[in-house]
Amino acid sequence: MAKAKITFTDIDQTVNVPAGTRVIEVSERIGAGIIYGCREGDCGTCMMHVEEGWNNLTEPSVLEEKVLRENMASRHDRLACQAQILGDCKVKPA
Amino acid sequence: MHRVPTSRPAASVAGAHAAPSRSALGVDEPPPRRVAEEPCGAVAVAPGVHWVGALDPGLRCFDLILNTGSGTTYNSFVVRGESGVAVIDTVKAEFADDFFRRLETVARYEEIRVIVLNHLEPDHTGALPELMRRAPQAELCISKRAPALLNALLKVSGDRVPAIRTLDTGDTIDLGGQTLQCLHTPFLHWPDTQCTWLAEAGVLFSGDIFGSHHCDERLFDDVCGEFHCAFDDYFAHIMRPFKRHVRAALELIEPLPIALIAPTHGPILRERPQVYVQRYRELATTRPIPPLDPDQPGLVILYASAHGGTARMAAAIRDGLEEGSGISVVLHELGCGDPRDAVDLIECADVLVIGSPTINGDAAKAIWDLLASLSLIDLNGKLAAAFGSYGWSGEAVRLIEERLRGLKLRVPVPGLRQKLIPNEAELVECRAFGRALANALNGAGAGSVIDFADLQ
Repeated sequence: MAKAKITFTDIDQTVNVPAGTRVIEVSERIGAGIIYGCREGDCGTCMMHVEEGWNNLTEPSVLEEKVLRENMASRHDRLACQAQILGDCKVKPA
Repeated sequence: MHRVPTSRPAASVAGAHAAPSRSALGVDEPPPRRVAEEPCGAVAVAPGVHWVGALDPGLRCFDLILNTGSGTTYNSFVVRGESGVAVIDTVKAEFADDFFRRLETVARYEEIRVIVLNHLEPDHTGALPELMRRAPQAELCISKRAPALLNALLKVSGDRVPAIRTLDTGDTIDLGGQTLQCLHTPFLHWPDTQCTWLAEAGVLFSGDIFGSHHCDERLFDDVCGEFHCAFDDYFAHIMRPFKRHVRAALELIEPLPIALIAPTHGPILRERPQVYVQRYRELATTRPIPPLDPDQPGLVILYASAHGGTARMAAAIRDGLEEGSGISVVLHELGCGDPRDAVDLIECADVLVIGSPTINGDAAKAIWDLLASLSLIDLNGKLAAAFGSYGWSGEAVRLIEERLRGLKLRVPVPGLRQKLIPNEAELVECRAFGRALANALNGAGAGSVIDFADLQ
């Protein structure tokens, strides 16, 4: 299975994950600082900033785009409960 | 000493219609009223500004969290300029008749140019749909964080979508000789909250900030009964979780030459408005007695213990945590009763470690009482961990960890469970658990690469 590295820069830790893993599954287990609310892409609590590897996450859905807009997301912000890891990337809490 | 008003009138009243019966509105009759009479019409507050809110003396519980033995008020205001009228906030739905009756004594619906909503909670927007129907030309002015909430509140679509203007700090609404200016003050206590400043009269329409659940027909701080406990209690239950945001809001509010604060609940503050601003500054300070070293993290272990096993674990974890961090740790056993002291401890802490035995497959009630009280404080950025001794199944530690994560705490070290009374080897494990927490606090492990399978 294809692997990818995700780095949580707030705690400077990197995890080797199977491609397709959602960021939420990794960040909670490693104790990174991204926090979660509804966990289903509605509340915007888990907004994270993608520092590197923006294109190595799955494309945001129309619903995620809407929630990001409503929460005044900056460029390269994503919802950690929605984004799946496809290749190497670096993220931190937004 | 109770101050009896002498020279200053409690209120000047416009209009004189009788209040509709609550039972006629399908609402339970409130308890017997106090002596002073409820103003029938609008009440002058400042030049060109009238109170058109509603009194709710019978309310006994607010938002499921706050006892309101003195009832409350839903304050809304009308600001009249040379080129139009602004309505600032409305009231709870069942008090809409009171609101419209007072509003009609000082303004015609076709004059209303803007409706400013400082906070969208239903106790301030209950009369909004009807006001929008009666004044369809009025533009809704809301904070830049509010559109999604407004959509959820109104559930409108198609051509019924109202005209909306979103405001940020410094944005103004010119009513002709009266200029409303927005202060963006989010999370006090919803994401959408804002304050509105009327510079000409020095009036701050503060939304829920500076509010009190205190209902007195005389409306103003200098002539109503003692309400300072209600003022502090309101902060403790509504604003305390958002102290960081209160401090940010005060940066905008403190420089203003305020003559009067018009909050959405309780007395209008006209006698010494700056005193209430100063009080908020005090209440929003997390450590009233500053620590010797403000950069030193606070570490606290809170536990309940039935037969001494979890207590022994707690002591050993403290040893390991102190050894690893070089910082003294507070050890706090939870007994029966109010967990308020423990909540205060946690508010000041950077690391909190919670220990509980497993009783009937669950954590001890004292622990749940504590964990159910933490939504009163800001937990952002704190580290947490769980431990406990158990007899045969040991569910408590996992349940506590789930709750800690649910509270958005970072849980960097897996919880530690041990059977009944720990022996010396197990106490060594406890000390190692304490050191691992210290390492997480110190950022040890930074730069490492971990395999996902090792996190399962």
